[in-house]
Amino acid sequence: MAESELDKVSGKTTTGHQWDGIKELNTPLPRWWLITFYATILWAMGYWVVYPAWPLLWSYTRGALNYSTRAAVAVELANLEKIRGDKMIALGAASLADIEKDPALLALARARGKAAFGDNCAPCHGSGGAGAKGYPNLNDDDWLWGGSLDQLVQTIQFGARSGHTKTHEGAMLAFGKDGILKPDEIGTVANYVRSLSGLSTRQGYDVAAGAKIFVENCTSCHGEAGKGNQELGAPNLTDKIWLYGSDEATLIETITIGRAGVMPAWVGRLDPSTIKALAVYVHTLGGGK
Amino acid sequence: MNKIVQIKPDQVEDVGSLYAARKKVYPQSVFGTFRRIKWGLMAFCLGVYYVLPFVRWNRGLGAPDQAVLIDLPNSRFYFFFIELWPQEVYYFTGLLIIAALTLFLMNSVGGRIWCGYLCPQTVWTDLFYAVERLIEGDRRERMRKAASADPLKLERISEIMLKHSIWLLIAWWTGGAWVLYFTDAPTLVKELVTFQAPAIAYIWIAILTATTYLLAGFMREQVCVYMCPWPRIQAALTDEWALNVTYRYDRGEKRRSVKKANELRALGLPAGDCVNCYQCVAACPTGIDIRNGPQIDCIQCGLCIDACDNVMKKIGRPTRLIGYDNDINIQRRMAGKPPIYGIVRPRTIIYTALIALVGGIMLYALLTRSLLDINVLHDRNPVAVKLSDGSIRNAYTVRFLNKRSLDRVVTIDVDGPPYAVLHVVGDDSITPDRPMVVLGRDGTTELRVLVTAPSEKNSERSIPIKFRITDIGLGEVASAIDNFVLP
Repeated sequence: MAESELDKVSGKTTTGHQWDGIKELNTPLPRWWLITFYATILWAMGYWVVYPAWPLLWSYTRGALNYSTRAAVAVELANLEKIRGDKMIALGAASLADIEKDPALLALARARGKAAFGDNCAPCHGSGGAGAKGYPNLNDDDWLWGGSLDQLVQTIQFGARSGHTKTHEGAMLAFGKDGILKPDEIGTVANYVRSLSGLSTRQGYDVAAGAKIFVENCTSCHGEAGKGNQELGAPNLTDKIWLYGSDEATLIETITIGRAGVMPAWVGRLDPSTIKALAVYVHTLGGGK
Repeated sequence: MNKIVQIKPDQVEDVGSLYAARKKVYPQSVFGTFRRIKWGLMAFCLGVYYVLPFVRWNRGLGAPDQAVLIDLPNSRFYFFFIELWPQEVYYFTGLLIIAALTLFLMNSVGGRIWCGYLCPQTVWTDLFYAVERLIEGDRRERMRKAASADPLKLERISEIMLKHSIWLLIAWWTGGAWVLYFTDAPTLVKELVTFQAPAIAYIWIAILTATTYLLAGFMREQVCVYMCPWPRIQAALTDEWALNVTYRYDRGEKRRSVKKANELRALGLPAGDCVNCYQCVAACPTGIDIRNGPQIDCIQCGLCIDACDNVMKKIGRPTRLIGYDNDINIQRRMAGKPPIYGIVRPRTIIYTALIALVGGIMLYALLTRSLLDINVLHDRNPVAVKLSDGSIRNAYTVRFLNKRSLDRVVTIDVDGPPYAVLHVVGDDSITPDRPMVVLGRDGTTELRVLVTAPSEKNSERSIPIKFRITDIGLGEVASAIDNFVLP
C-alpha cells in the first residue's frame, strides 16, 4: 500500500492509490450528503413501522397505517361508480329508443358501451366487434338472433346456449356424425346451399337431389327459401355473410359435425345500465335494425 | 477514511480563483432625458400589465367578455376580436417570429432598446431601485449603511423591513395581475379578497411573488449579465451602423481635472472633456464603466448619458460626451471626419420587410380562417364491413368544429365512391340522403357516420371520399378527404 501524500495544488491529501502514476485526491463525501444519507436510513425505519414492510411466513407486517393498495383501488372504484352514478341512472331510466335520439345520452351510452365492450366482449368479438370465424361480426346487418335494440338486450342478458333458463336455444345438428345423412348426400346438399346465395357449384352435382335433401332436413329451421329463422338462431343461407365460411369443405364440415357456438349470459355479471349501453353501442356500430 | 490534513498557506500553489464575487451595485439617482423616457415607459408597461385584464370586450351571450383571456379549462384564447382554438396555436409561432424580428430590428437601429427600456427584468428592477432609494437614500447613503459596522439600530431595522415589505407588495401585485389573465378578472379579485379563490390561484401568485422579489430585489443585473442569452445573441447580431450607447474617446481623452483641462485650453493645447468624475459609473444599474467601450454587461439604458450631460453642463462643456453613436463614427471622429449615420440600410430594410411579410401572412390567415371545420377519422377495426347483400360499408367518426358563437345547422354529403349512401347514426331527419346536424356554438360535435356502397360498382381497393358540410343559413362550406376501403 502506497503512502498517502499531500497534493500541493489543492492542499488535499491523496488516497495513496496509484494507477500508472496517476494519483487520486482524497475527496470525502460532503457532510451534508452523509447527513442526508443517514436521514434516509432513519426515514426507511419509519416506513417499516407505518407501512407494510416485512414478509412473515404466511403474512406480512401490516404497518400502523394499515395501508393497502388493494383497499385504495376498491375505494377509487367506489368513487368512480359514485361519479358515474347519476349519469348511469339517467341511462337506466331512458328507453332504448330515446337514448339513440338524445345526442348526450347516445354519446354517454356509446362511451360506456365501448368501455364495457372492450372489457367483456372483445375477447371473442374483437375490439372493434369485427368478429372471427364462429364469432359473429357485429358491424354488419346480418343477425342470428335479431338486431333490434330489444333483441340485442335479450341476447346480451341471457346469451346463446349459455345454460341460462332464458337463453337462446337451437343448434345446427351434426347430420353426418349422427348418421342422419350419408357423406355423398352431405356433399350434394352443400353444393345446393352454395347455389342459394349464388356461389359456384361443383360441375355435374345432382341439383334435384340436393333440393330434396334440403327440404327434408334443413327447411324446418332455415326455412323453405333458406332465409333462416331468428327465433332459432338459424342463419340466412341466401346472403353473403357466413359465420364459419362458405367454401364447400367448410360447409361439409358444418353439416357433418354441426355448430353450436356459445354466447355467455351477462345478466347478473353486468348491471342493467351497462347492458343497455352495450346494446346501444353494438346497435350503433352500424348494423342495428 | 483518511484524515483531512490542514496545511499552511505557503504550501499551496496559488492558481487564482475561477469565481468572480459579485460587486453589489448602488446606482445613483439621475435626472435627464433618458431617465424621463424610462419613467414614461415604465408607467406604460406596468399600466398595460395591470389594467389589461380588466378591459371588457362584448362577444355576445354565453361567451366571456374579457378582452384578453387565456381560458385553459375551455381551451380558448381570447384577444379582443380574436378567438383562437388550441389547434391554431401556430399563430403564436408567427407572433414569436415577429417578436424576434422586431428585436433584431431594434438592435440594428438602436442597440439594446429592449434591455434598457422594455424588458420586464429592467422595468421591475428599476422600480425596486426606486423604492430602495426612496427609503434608504441615494447611492452614498446606501453604501455607507451597507458598510457600517455598527450594530443595527431600530431605525435601520425598520428601514430594511419597510423596503422589503414594499418590495413584497409589488411582487405580490405582479403575481396577482398574472393570474387575472387566466379567468374572469373582476370575479377572481372578489374571490381573492374573500379568500374563496381556488388554491391554484394562490399558488401561482406565490410563485410569481417569489420570482419577482428574487429577480428584481436580489439578482438584478446578474440576470442580464449571466442568465440572459440575449446579450450574447445581440453581440453577434450587431454591426458597425447600429447606434449604441458609446463614450466618445476622441472628445474625452486624455482625462484631466477641470482645472488642468482649463489651463491647457487657455494655452491653446488640446484637452479631453472627461474629468474622471465617475458619475457615469455611479449611475449605471449594472455597475460598469461605459468608457471601457462596448461590453456585454451594458444594457444600454442611457442613464450614463444623463449623468454625464449634467456634469458637462456644470463645467460648461458640450453635452453628449456619452451618447448614442455607431462604431463607424468612433473611427471617423478619431480621424477628424464628420459623423455619418445609416438607419436605412439593407439589414434594417430586410428586417422590416420580413416583419411585414410574416405580419401580412398572419393577418391573411386570420382574416380568412375557417369558422367551420370537419375532421374525419376512419374506423380502424374493422376498416370495412361486408353487408348481407354484398355491399360494403365503412364507418367514420366525424368531428364538426363550429367556431362561431351561435348554434347552426349543417347538411352533410359525400363525394367519391359511386352510388355511396350516407347515414348518420342517431339521425332521423327529414332529409335522409343529406342528413342535417345541429352544431352547438363555439364547440365541437362528434358523430358516427356510415357510408355504404355496392361492391360490384367499385373495383378499386381504396377510393378517396370527400365529406362536405354546408351551413344551411350562412352557406359556409368545409370539407375533409378520407378513403373508402373495400375488404
